[in-house]
Amino acid sequence: MLDDLFRRIFVVTILTSYTMSGFFKSSIGRKVAMALSAFFLMFFLLQHLSINILSVLSPETFNEVSHFMGTNPLVQFVLQPILIFAVVFHFVMGFVLELRNSRARKVAYAKNNGAANSSWMSRNMIWSGMTILAFIGLHFVDFWFPEMNTKFIQQDWSGTMEGVEGLRYHHELVEKFVNPVRVGAYAFAFVLLGLHLAHGFTSAFQSMGGTAGRKKILQTIGKAYSILIPLGFITIAVYHYFNH
Amino acid sequence: MDLTLKIWRQVDAKDKGKMVDYKVTEISGSMSFLEMMDVLNEQLVNAGDEPVAFDHDCREGICGMCSMYINGEAHGPDRGVTTCQLHMRMFKDGDTITIEPWRAAAFPVIKDLVVNRSAFDRIQHAGGYISVNTSGNTQDANATLISKKAADTAMDAATCIGCGACVATCKNSSAMLFVGAKVSQYALLPQGQVEAADRVRNMVAQMDLEGFGNCTNTGACEVECPKGISLDNIARMNRELMKASI
Repeated sequence: MLDDLFRRIFVVTILTSYTMSGFFKSSIGRKVAMALSAFFLMFFLLQHLSINILSVLSPETFNEVSHFMGTNPLVQFVLQPILIFAVVFHFVMGFVLELRNSRARKVAYAKNNGAANSSWMSRNMIWSGMTILAFIGLHFVDFWFPEMNTKFIQQDWSGTMEGVEGLRYHHELVEKFVNPVRVGAYAFAFVLLGLHLAHGFTSAFQSMGGTAGRKKILQTIGKAYSILIPLGFITIAVYHYFNH
Repeated sequence: MDLTLKIWRQVDAKDKGKMVDYKVTEISGSMSFLEMMDVLNEQLVNAGDEPVAFDHDCREGICGMCSMYINGEAHGPDRGVTTCQLHMRMFKDGDTITIEPWRAAAFPVIKDLVVNRSAFDRIQHAGGYISVNTSGNTQDANATLISKKAADTAMDAATCIGCGACVATCKNSSAMLFVGAKVSQYALLPQGQVEAADRVRNMVAQMDLEGFGNCTNTGACEVECPKGISLDNIARMNRELMKASI
């Protein structure tokens, strides 16, 4: 009885993964894969902003939450690799799709009026995406690489540092926003992120086949999300610049 | 009105092609764009030159033959019209109008403004039909109950005339609005259910094989479509393919 059940589960899993692998090789499958990684990244942004807000409201709580996120094995060894995979996948797939799409039109129009029928954001996802990629590079140099160095190379998981009372995270964050050039670069990148999200939010739902009949509400939520999330990050950076 | 036309001229599929300038005079605002092209061709023939080749058939916006990318837009600046329905009153005296063929690797240029849209036919052949015996014992159409909403939405999808403006307009040369409409017109009706999974799988596979690009949901196709085919059809096709693949 149990053998039979396991055999059935095995057969269904093999068949499903076989048909799904074909699905993800199709143009629509790639869109769905882009949308799924986008959903994960949009959820991550919301979570990241929620923690960043704490740096303004309560430095102590921000330190505690940061220490939890930085040392919890589930976050470090499960969620973090998934996040890195989602980021890399979203970018690589974005470039692959851009390349494939450029091959689909070998001769360009002498005159093309894209603004007549589509938004700037929707036509320039690759450029806003590349700005965000450059920002992630800066963000990694600022925070992620030093954090990995402290924890995995120097094996220091205490969350403290010399000269700083208590946990170090709030101190490190504020230190970064002393430089106006960095604050400006962060703000610029987040404006581009906002433009990316302004198209990407509803686009992800459309790719998943979800917008039919529910366009208005999704567009409203998308607009709010694409304005509030970048505005939140920018406000926090500016706040720390003026209050360090 | 007097106009300057910048038109793509290409002798055959192998020719590199180039833009050539022409002048036309005394064009009436009541003329259709194709009638203006007729005036130009008459002028060219009288001068002993080769007329500009362009596709056209019904000249009443239903056959989907007339194409032309006019001033950077499929079927020109008007909305919900094909090129034969575009009136010259949309332009001003002294205007320069750029006229190009549909640009897509899957729609190769045959001559001047004429492109080969057989890729659409091959997508249709891959699954854009229902298998029904039509020799004798034909069922009464009203015997199968269909809700008014489903019938209307299916009919809206079926109004696609396969002109290819969606492909021409899309920055990625994607054919998803066309394929979405053709999948939807059957997916919404009981008659289409029997072959639904194979239909969407085969049509999407053929679309990919033809070399059309990937849809990035810019929505340009919906705006430029002369029949107002909705983006909802692409979402429905995505759902149909997911359903067929799980």
